[in-house]
Amino acid sequence: MTTSTTTPAGSAIAPRRRRADDVAGLGTVRAGIFVAPALILIGIFLLFPAVWTIWLGMTDYRLTGLQAASPEFVGLDNYVEALTDPSFWNSLWLTLIFVLFSGIIGQTLIGFGLAWSVRNIDGWTKGLIEGLVLAAWVIPASVASFLWLVLLDRRSGTINGLLGTEGTAWLIDHPMQSIIIFNIWVGTAFSMQLFSSALNAVPPSQIESAKMVGATGWQQLRDVIVPNIKGHILTNTLLITLWTFNTFTPYLVTAGGPNGKTEILSVYIYETAIPGGQLGLGAAISLIMLLINLVIALAYVRVSKGRKKR
Amino acid sequence: MINHSKRRVLAAFAVATAGALVFAGCSGEAPEASEDGPVTLTITANAITGGKNAAEADWIADWVVPEFEAAMKKDGKDVTVEFEPQGVDDENYKTKIALDLQSGEGADIIGMDGIWVGEFAEAGYIKPLAEVGGDSVDAWEGWEQIPEAVQQALSFDDERYGVPQGADGRVLYYNKDLFEQAGLPADWQPESWDDVLDAARDLKKIDGVTPIQLNAGTAMGEATTMQGLLPLLVGTGEQVYEDGKWVGDTDGLNDVLDLYKTIYVDEGLGDAVLQQEAAGRDTSFQMFAANQIGILLEGDYFWRSVINPEEGVGTAPMANRDDVVGYTKIPAMKSGSGIDDQDFVSMSGGTGRVLNPNSEHPELAWELLAFMNSADAYEARNAGTLAITPRTDVNDEMLADDPMLTYVSEEVLPITAYRPPLAAYPQISTALQQATLDVVSGTSVADAASTYADAAKDIVGDDAVSGG
Repeated sequence: MTTSTTTPAGSAIAPRRRRADDVAGLGTVRAGIFVAPALILIGIFLLFPAVWTIWLGMTDYRLTGLQAASPEFVGLDNYVEALTDPSFWNSLWLTLIFVLFSGIIGQTLIGFGLAWSVRNIDGWTKGLIEGLVLAAWVIPASVASFLWLVLLDRRSGTINGLLGTEGTAWLIDHPMQSIIIFNIWVGTAFSMQLFSSALNAVPPSQIESAKMVGATGWQQLRDVIVPNIKGHILTNTLLITLWTFNTFTPYLVTAGGPNGKTEILSVYIYETAIPGGQLGLGAAISLIMLLINLVIALAYVRVSKGRKKR
Repeated sequence: MINHSKRRVLAAFAVATAGALVFAGCSGEAPEASEDGPVTLTITANAITGGKNAAEADWIADWVVPEFEAAMKKDGKDVTVEFEPQGVDDENYKTKIALDLQSGEGADIIGMDGIWVGEFAEAGYIKPLAEVGGDSVDAWEGWEQIPEAVQQALSFDDERYGVPQGADGRVLYYNKDLFEQAGLPADWQPESWDDVLDAARDLKKIDGVTPIQLNAGTAMGEATTMQGLLPLLVGTGEQVYEDGKWVGDTDGLNDVLDLYKTIYVDEGLGDAVLQQEAAGRDTSFQMFAANQIGILLEGDYFWRSVINPEEGVGTAPMANRDDVVGYTKIPAMKSGSGIDDQDFVSMSGGTGRVLNPNSEHPELAWELLAFMNSADAYEARNAGTLAITPRTDVNDEMLADDPMLTYVSEEVLPITAYRPPLAAYPQISTALQQATLDVVSGTSVADAASTYADAAKDIVGDDAVSGG
């Protein structure tokens, strides 16, 4: 997103300079050898699994049973099954809610809010706040999810102890809210760090000028800060959206339950393919998920290109 | 000059990388099996010291490994046995061994639930014992000691795929202290579901006690089917698989789901939330051990490995188990309404161990497996904590020491029923678990039953499902 356009100003008018074919002087064969390892690796670890997934998605391959020994080609049956299954749409809907609230609204806004509020603080308070937020980001997901299980436990949970709400099963009564807050807690540090550095790059002179003409804090934010860090906001939102869309960590907290109420797409695929054993169907849904990812990424690219043209 | 040497380095790098990739591709090939050199055999089971099935894990690590190694040394063979313990939910363990076997890896001897044998065999992950272990398999002395019905637990299509490691049965456990407080007899013998419900209603009057916990929901996996729905279903006179058809939207299934509704939704005799928690089953164990659950339907595993007060054996030990915990047979819905017109019913399964067809030393692995199932081995195994073994010679000698296991062996096993050893069963089981979950979380019985029947038809086809 941030790839700077290096074409010099006015290049549209100047006659396009022809690029040399062989800048390094390697020759086609040697150049080919040079990139071969990379191509082989990409082929083995990226291309092959992708093609494999497409093929798998068109079979009734299962983890066990007859279909594991001799899977049969079923064409687009898996896709039809997935797209006509209400639980798939339910899962997609849950994923969208999850991305919107925990990713876009939660992590981005809170991350920005934190970066904004600590920008003028110096010394140990800033270090402490940043340290605490970062801690949530560095703690391994398995450990973090265990902490949250203990925190939200129905019988001896910390939250119930603090609030005096003994016996409230947060993960059963409010499962989506729980994993949304959990994910905000886990991921906010990234937004905070990114926005912190972005805010540092805003020219102080502009802020000073705004202050001189009597702009309020909100006006400074709207008219000086945001236009300056628009690119960062876009990049951050893209990354957060994709990460949140694909994250599997909530599984460690709720295991998709109760009764599929937190079965976001990644969890749904796992439940279908591994414990459910339907590898073929799982592969088909994976491909659908991949396509959604591509659409999200393309949408952001369009937006950022449009922004740059202006 | 510099340019030239740089190119050479690059070319060398490219060749090396390509070469490494080629080699990586070849390394999957098994090395030549030699029976004389040092050999390593591995055993895996869902058992771990200090956790799940601790007694089995300790026995493997402390008895099987050293004794077998010593016995081999006597024969002049240098054999090392390694134990790879696991301590996770059965469903996760199943996934792990399925993936191991699928990728041609895995331990030489693998512990598994008998009910997985069908689907693993169909997938080609496991092979008939004699095919893997050689001629000495059928000649083994142990087969004569293991009753046919018990051998069935690890068989598929009339072929032995593994050696069963025991027999089990399900009963109703109840807490005598709580029963006394509720004015119920210490020697409780319910004769119908209504008797059980009446007792639960009395228990409800005690503060802080969940009267009855009947396994439900998908989080508990097979425990829901085996220690919940199926023992009830056989109490209505139906079986999950009968005359070539799987149970569908039948009267029996509706009766069973009705009971779930009475317990969890209508009367609040059980804790419905607990059944939806990810670690619900372990929590139900802890609560029973803490005198917070009145009645619990479980297998003898619960007695041996969960509330066992012996040091390091039970996961939720109860110091006064023998005094406080009562057990009684599971009644049919009404007297005589069970399968074969029985008054009482139960379900049995069986775990066992199979040989990995990918083993590099299959014949030695069979020797180890036979060794693990010898009379001596079971005596050593039972020295720690008693379990019902598959061998009649050992059972006759040892079971008398434990009244609970004698009870299961003498009273429960004769009336018990088994799950069908068919590959479709685990999927049907999951659909049944979902039906209980639907009811417990508020769906009507009729809707849950018809949703289940649709799922069952999707799995095995319209013709293979009974009922409406």
